Amino acid sequence: MSKELEFLSRHVASGRLSRRDFLGRAAALGITAPFANMLLSSAAQAQAPVRGGILKAGLQGGEATNSLDPATFLSQVPFNFAKCWGEYLVQLAPGGLENRLAEEIGSSDDAKVWTFKIRQDVEFHNGKTVTAEDVMATLERHSNEDSKSGALGIMRGIESMKVDGRDVVITLKEPNADLPYLMADYHLIIQPNGGKDAPDAGISAGSYKVAVNEPGVRYVGERFANYWQPDKEGFADQVEIIVVNDPTARTSALQGGQVHMINRVEPKIVDLIKRVPGVEIKTVSGPGHYVFIMHCNTAPFDNVDLRMALKLAMDREEMVDKILRGYGTVGNDFPINSSYPLFADDIEQRAYDPDKAAFHYKKSGHDGPVLLRTSEVAFPGAVDAAQLYQQTCAKAGITIEVKREPGDGYWSEVWNKQPFSTSYWGGRPTQDQMYSTAYLSSADWNDTRFFNEKFDKLLIEARAELDQDKRKNLYREMSIIVRDEGGLILPMFNQYIDAISDKVGGYGDGVNHELMDGYALARCWVKA
Amino acid sequence: MSPILTLIAQRIALGVLLLFAVSVLIFAGTQILPGDVAQSILGQSATPEALANLRRELGLNDPAIVRYFSWLGGVLTGDLGTALTTRQPIASTLMPRLWNTLFLAFWAAIVSVPLAVILGLLAVRYRNGPIDKAISGFALASTSLPEFFIGYLLIFFVAVQMQWFPSISTVYAGMPLADKLNAIVLPATVLVLVVLAHMMRMTRAAILNVMQSAYIETAELKGLSSFDIIRKHAFPNAIAPIVNVIMLNLAFLIVGVVVVEVIFVYPGMGQYLVDHVSKRDVPVVQAVGLIFAAVYIGLNIIADIAAILANPRLRHPK
Repeated sequence: MSKELEFLSRHVASGRLSRRDFLGRAAALGITAPFANMLLSSAAQAQAPVRGGILKAGLQGGEATNSLDPATFLSQVPFNFAKCWGEYLVQLAPGGLENRLAEEIGSSDDAKVWTFKIRQDVEFHNGKTVTAEDVMATLERHSNEDSKSGALGIMRGIESMKVDGRDVVITLKEPNADLPYLMADYHLIIQPNGGKDAPDAGISAGSYKVAVNEPGVRYVGERFANYWQPDKEGFADQVEIIVVNDPTARTSALQGGQVHMINRVEPKIVDLIKRVPGVEIKTVSGPGHYVFIMHCNTAPFDNVDLRMALKLAMDREEMVDKILRGYGTVGNDFPINSSYPLFADDIEQRAYDPDKAAFHYKKSGHDGPVLLRTSEVAFPGAVDAAQLYQQTCAKAGITIEVKREPGDGYWSEVWNKQPFSTSYWGGRPTQDQMYSTAYLSSADWNDTRFFNEKFDKLLIEARAELDQDKRKNLYREMSIIVRDEGGLILPMFNQYIDAISDKVGGYGDGVNHELMDGYALARCWVKA
Repeated sequence: MSPILTLIAQRIALGVLLLFAVSVLIFAGTQILPGDVAQSILGQSATPEALANLRRELGLNDPAIVRYFSWLGGVLTGDLGTALTTRQPIASTLMPRLWNTLFLAFWAAIVSVPLAVILGLLAVRYRNGPIDKAISGFALASTSLPEFFIGYLLIFFVAVQMQWFPSISTVYAGMPLADKLNAIVLPATVLVLVVLAHMMRMTRAAILNVMQSAYIETAELKGLSSFDIIRKHAFPNAIAPIVNVIMLNLAFLIVGVVVVEVIFVYPGMGQYLVDHVSKRDVPVVQAVGLIFAAVYIGLNIIADIAAILANPRLRHPK
């Protein structure tokens, strides 16, 4: 390794050079990206973790109404704290899964029966040993309709479960090749006896024990002395989350050194934050996206030509540019991007084409304005996005009437009720999960009223297909059906934008979600 | 019974009556909100049986009047009910928040009330001179600026640039008093600046009003210094309106500081109420509403009583 590269990679590891700049410098020195990336990770590892201190995060998304019962988790603060105290079967990692409590995962040839071998000698915070029975009880609790668990949707596919020694054997109603991914769902914290006795006790086997639980105010975790992988997590003596819902207060807390990391930096101030000494912006591309949704079964949107006209009248580049300020990628009218496994990247990108849009609009025979309902709560900048869209539609001769709805009640009165509105999706870990949640004919939240027999058939077929190439093809076909026939206009995938101070060591790449998928507090340390 | 005690007893009785009336209004108001409590607990996917069970469990099938009295009975015995969202007793989560709010209000009041009164007295002493103009100008300017703006200014200069005080004012049980005080310096400063002018101007106006009286002229003629005149003759007669405006501002410090709490991330009642309103947690909203009403009515009773006591005609009846 050349001296310069070594120097640069140490700079990245210590946070003085951004990853992107390093890759650029490496390319200039004639090093390929994969090799440069490898150098980086070894440099990061070479930087030894520091034990001790208090690692603090100021986070948006916590309310006084939050509980420690994992079934009730919905917002960001419970999500991030969950990754500190909760232990899971598996975790999403770049390029696949990392096993946590599940030591080995196996399945029958038809992907219908799954076996999770539970790691031995892992201890709960209350001193009991984690057993296969606890794991099964946890899954049982989340599959119970009364639990109202946020993971209920993924648990519905389970037909029966049994414990066989260290193994939990799950039999599904229908084959599902993605089951292990679903177990990474943040609600599925393994609790003693599944949390059936005390769902909100905050006891699991994570690297930190719950020390303070003040919903909507602050949370403190103390390092769990008997944690099972002490060389990987739990470096700080304490982790603390302060709930800071005001974006300006969050930023100033980071600048003033009161917290080490914050989430949800607003795109419009990212460039200002970048200039602040000692602060670094971190972005994560995830499956989250902003959408304009039409009901395929409601006039005038029951006309495929009108839907196509409205899709073609969307200027996606401009949306990413102006609404996300570049912190995102363009969408292609199906809810999947490269953060999903088995994503087909060869589907033609739909581009803004007012002439073609006008052609389809004329063909649809529709006349008069089209009513689009929106609200600030639909996604940050939704009202601006609707107005931008109004402009680009006007160029295609389509009149959009934008109606701004009150934020309070938007999710109960407008979204999934009115035929054309703006909304967002946080995404799901697998394509199957995303499509099953919102695009299957029988889906709970079929917010585009998309009823397509062929699509449904492909979805069921893909679940049982263990051959990855064949599955990828099936998903490709489904994506194209949604793209061309569905009621979804998907202009952009948004990125999560976090900021950390230069006192944070060990910050790695996250997948899918903010702050290293919520593991930043557990895996980082305070630099000496 | 002396007439003054009767008067005071009347005021208190009226206050209690008013509080009951407010409790009826709060209860009625939350009842006519659209939506059903059981439905909002169980969510949109609830089955009819589960809804029926929960309605029975919560006693929602009883007539509203029965529910009102059982709620009232609970409140009178210190049981505020159970939060719908967390299923925790409301009193145990609400009390720490109430104490935090009172803590911040207390320190803001400790600084602002004497400061306002002293500045008011100074303004009267040097009325229409440069000192009076400077005091009034500063106080009015700080009141005219919206509180979030003062907050952000303080955060930018004092917390971020100079790093003297923290911008996040999270306090918690078990935190040493000195740390707590350090944490609330900025929000307390904002509150002081917001309420100062009102109290100061009222003090100034009330005393100036008294200063027009004939007996002040007499005091001047017998050679008393102007501070003595204000202290001994003018101020005691101006107490009633001053106490009134002070109590109004104290009430504001307790029930009206949501914005300051949000900016400085202070765990008080305001943020707590907002969180529960957005989740339709009706019992908590009722409890907080009742506490706010009690604070307002209570402080106004104190103001009334102070006015009664300050009035020599009532203290020494013929």
